[in-house]
Amino acid sequence: MNASSRLQTLVLGGGVVGMSIAYGLARAGDRVLLLDEGDDAFRAARGNFGLVWVQGKGLENLDYARWSMAAASAWPAFARDLQSLTEIDVGLSQIGGLIMCFDDAELAARAGRLHSLKRALQVPYPYEVFRAAEVRQISPWIGPDVVGAVFSPLDGHVNPLRLLRALVKAFRSHGGEMAAGVRADAIEHRAGVFHVRANGTEYIADRVVLAAGLGNRELAPMVGLNAPVRPNRGQILVSERVQPFLKHPTMYVRQTDEGVVQIGDSQEDVGFDDGTSIEKLTGIAKRAVRCFPVLADVNVVRSWGALRVMTADGFPIYQASRDCPGAFVVTCHSGITLAPMHAGPLAAWIRGDAEPPHIHSFKSERFDV
Amino acid sequence: MFRAIALHTGEERPKLEIFIEGRPIEAYAGDTLAATLLSAGVVPFRFTPVSGQPRAPLCLMGVCCDCLVEVDGAQNVQACMVLVRAGMQVRLQNGARRASGEFD
Repeated sequence: MNASSRLQTLVLGGGVVGMSIAYGLARAGDRVLLLDEGDDAFRAARGNFGLVWVQGKGLENLDYARWSMAAASAWPAFARDLQSLTEIDVGLSQIGGLIMCFDDAELAARAGRLHSLKRALQVPYPYEVFRAAEVRQISPWIGPDVVGAVFSPLDGHVNPLRLLRALVKAFRSHGGEMAAGVRADAIEHRAGVFHVRANGTEYIADRVVLAAGLGNRELAPMVGLNAPVRPNRGQILVSERVQPFLKHPTMYVRQTDEGVVQIGDSQEDVGFDDGTSIEKLTGIAKRAVRCFPVLADVNVVRSWGALRVMTADGFPIYQASRDCPGAFVVTCHSGITLAPMHAGPLAAWIRGDAEPPHIHSFKSERFDV
Repeated sequence: MFRAIALHTGEERPKLEIFIEGRPIEAYAGDTLAATLLSAGVVPFRFTPVSGQPRAPLCLMGVCCDCLVEVDGAQNVQACMVLVRAGMQVRLQNGARRASGEFD
């Protein structure tokens, strides 16, 4: 077995979560090597919808609402930094997002949730409850079945593929190194040092950050951590390019800065199967056409399934290992929204700063029975 | 640039008329729209949505999607996958399709 020279930090996982942390660590001056399993891995980072989303999140844990809000406000500077470092425009637009509702009960329920969040948070939490006529003023192509929508000016979207590329480039420009096609098989903690075996090579590091998505489930116990995550499949349809008609992203439909219409938001518990099904694709297509009837004759050019990385309560796990100091596990569902927090405060915490107050409650003990 | 090859059978195919941007063009029944446009010297067929590059048919078998045109109001139709019909109205596209036919 080959052994590498001793590294300062090893990040396992080259998706948006791992890349954000690795970029943050390298930017702060760490010597970082990132191991990425490869293109045959389950990659939420390559299949996700690209929303930077705040509204409705975290009523069951206000820290998650605060963490998401902080991320949304950090996004403009984060995108600017990435652009000046890499010349890649990640296509950030944060002009507010909509959730279309097809009946009054749904609209009332969504409005009630936002009202409760606003009251509980006791900080400005801007949102609007629009009737159809008001929705039409900012989103003129909605269909007659839309009775109203909830709107939050905090919400937006990015191009997630360009984001991933920008993070890789930014990480490298800060001296970060990356090995692709390398799957970590085992981690041992001996004499205060981590030994990671991957594809016949042993990597030795003072610190190891697990950001391997669904792979964290197996890796975490090797360093005294726990990451009870499960796959949740979402399916997406992508259209041919269309002249801009949809400025505000919605939960189910958004139009990218290059004109493509993305249709999504299905949820399925089907294990490690990232395929597609006619039934779900038909369902999301029908709902999209109800939202925007002009989509009826727009051609779909691609579809895919991807696996969300979900905990039982949907909130992240950010944890430092007590048994193996220097090991960290990071997992969350909203790697796009939270990217600036992962590159900023989370990376600083991993380097030894105080733990950001918003993440105290995101420990895996909450799942212990 | 392109010339139709005479059939071995010497069979005479019926002629018909289609319209490109309102201009009448003679076509042979049984030809694809892409073949007809190429024989009429229509190159390029379209300009791409993002970079504005000119495009003409590449594969002529329904795969490359470089031959997209508007046919009787339907946008982004693969010209290599439809046969000409008498009176067909064809428009050439510049950039991305409109969200609907009413966009003009």
